[in-house]
Amino acid sequence: MNALHSFSGRCPSQRTRLVRCGGWLRWGVVALLLVMPSFASGELIPTPDFSSHQIPTTEVPAGGGVGWEFLDVALLVLALSLASYFALVTRSRRHLFALSFASLVWFGFVRQGCVCSIGATQNVALALFDAGYVIPVSVVAFFLLPLLFTLFFGRTFCAAVCPLGAIQEFVSIKNVQVPRWVDHSLGLMTWIYLGAAVIFSATGTAFLICRYDPFVGFFRLGGNANMMIAGGMLLLIGVFVGRPYCRFLCPYGAVLSVFSRFSWFHVRIPATQCISCGLCTEACPYGAIESPVARATPGEASRGRARLGWILLATPLIIVAFTGMGALMRVPLSRMDPDVQLAEQLRKESMGLAVTTTDASEAFRNARRDERALYESVITKQDRFRWLGVMLGAWIGVVISFKLVSLGIRRPHADYRADTKNCVSCGRCFWYCPVTEGGTSNPASGSIPKEPSQLVQIT
Amino acid sequence: MSDKRASSATRVSLPIADRREFLSRGTRVAGAIALGTLGGFLAGRYGNAGETRWQIDPDKCVGCSHCSTYCVLDESAVKCVQCFDMCGYCDICTGYLDTNYDDVSTAAENQLCPTAAVVREFIEDKAGQRFYQYTIDEDACIGCGKCVKGCALMNGSLYLQVMHDRCVNCNECAIARVCPTQAYTRVPSDKPYLIKEQAQALYESKIGDASGVDDDPVEKLMRMVTMR
Repeated sequence: MNALHSFSGRCPSQRTRLVRCGGWLRWGVVALLLVMPSFASGELIPTPDFSSHQIPTTEVPAGGGVGWEFLDVALLVLALSLASYFALVTRSRRHLFALSFASLVWFGFVRQGCVCSIGATQNVALALFDAGYVIPVSVVAFFLLPLLFTLFFGRTFCAAVCPLGAIQEFVSIKNVQVPRWVDHSLGLMTWIYLGAAVIFSATGTAFLICRYDPFVGFFRLGGNANMMIAGGMLLLIGVFVGRPYCRFLCPYGAVLSVFSRFSWFHVRIPATQCISCGLCTEACPYGAIESPVARATPGEASRGRARLGWILLATPLIIVAFTGMGALMRVPLSRMDPDVQLAEQLRKESMGLAVTTTDASEAFRNARRDERALYESVITKQDRFRWLGVMLGAWIGVVISFKLVSLGIRRPHADYRADTKNCVSCGRCFWYCPVTEGGTSNPASGSIPKEPSQLVQIT
Repeated sequence: MSDKRASSATRVSLPIADRREFLSRGTRVAGAIALGTLGGFLAGRYGNAGETRWQIDPDKCVGCSHCSTYCVLDESAVKCVQCFDMCGYCDICTGYLDTNYDDVSTAAENQLCPTAAVVREFIEDKAGQRFYQYTIDEDACIGCGKCVKGCALMNGSLYLQVMHDRCVNCNECAIARVCPTQAYTRVPSDKPYLIKEQAQALYESKIGDASGVDDDPVEKLMRMVTMR
């Protein structure tokens, strides 16, 4: 009766009061008679035996077939072949541009940016380190095929197949040359990102590349607001500084650059003999043209040797320093792991430091799981992250040393040529090069403007 | 020989160019071999088991509603599923009625489901007790898990599942990342669904009854479910 009185205070009218209080009463009865015993014993309220009604069985829809994936791989091979053909044989910027539009539509907007070769790196890393993870064949194909094509033809994948490259290719309108030192130092981030992505995916902690994919939100026409903003900023920067994601972030691009460095064929800027006019350096928005480098004078050579000697001496120090820094990264790195996050939250709550509980901590406490066991597993995990931090630090040290050494080596050559590491074979320079197929410069022809400013930049 | 003597520049540069060419050719072959080895290794890994898909372990799910908001699809791939064999067919269903319901009716204000995706249907009156069947209208369901949370007070026959006609099988499932109980697991793609352990026991006892029938719905379901 007391319960009824206390409830009646909330009821606005006589009629609804009776009904609502009836409802509350029934809730109470239900809770007392049914929930408690059934919860305690784990028994269910029995399903009634109906006289005529047949109790149905749950139906779940079948999964989609693998047809899409095979179609994707087939289209990838087709696109890679076409891109290589357009870049190396027909040398047609127009065709490359059309192909990259098609790739953006299919691999980007239709297939919503998944599966992509950049992300496939993580699946491969996970598959290498975790025998329990089964990597789909299509993902292996997406990882290996562009690498194979790059080994033969250079980074034609970047030119016209990768949807992330394509979306940046289209916005690269006003070409601002970035200072070489900025280009070199920001370019190191691709390698560091690669190391971090491999370490986190190999341990099954996180797929960083997918999580921080700046353009997938555009492909899916909606997504994580922060990443959409980041993607928008990158596109905005990309208007002036060509392909910022490809050059300064893309971890797959880092791998491709090594393969492209040793590629069998690679795009040539002039069809025949370079006349050293230098127009191509102004045309390239990606800083991927190497200007001629003269042979060193004896004085320069000895200074260069001394500098290289110092760099080689410093290399072990750099690696050791970064390894040490990596060892200190145990706690921040381990915070990527959901178990570690949960353990920290539980700790804070029990010490009264946390203002609110999280869904995870509430669920943990409601399930009455063993807190001690969680802490123990988290401590083992953090130990593992110490070693991962050491590895990541050593990797960063190696990457930086490698860069310094490669900058310290002089490679004399006479012509303007594509820097095979960074050139994405987009073909913009073909339009600017005054050398024609015939082998002579053709200034009289009206179709080829002499000044870069006279050219329409996009196509 | 006379060519070599012609200029000192060619005499110096030719061997260097040859050495460079030899090195880069060697690296290229090494790269090709490395790619082949990696491909072979990964293909060998693939041979051990089939591909996987994301699924919710209904025994871990707490119905936090993240599934309805974090999926990369506009309309989440997660939907509610009714396990009829676990359902009590209650008149006052805690998965159907809002906690502040005015009346046991199908009026929208009494319903827990924000999209009225739980369909209530009278079945039978037995000894003064009225029994109702609750079915999920999959097109209306948004996977918020409100009914799952409500039903968990009673039998827990309602549970969430990733529907594989909708799921795009992201590399890193955006819901799995935020799932508070880490209920998302990868299951074999030929059996991409999970059921509660209690349901598994029920079905295992049931499957013997109608064995031999080709289109037995229980067997049909079991073909889609990964058993624990």
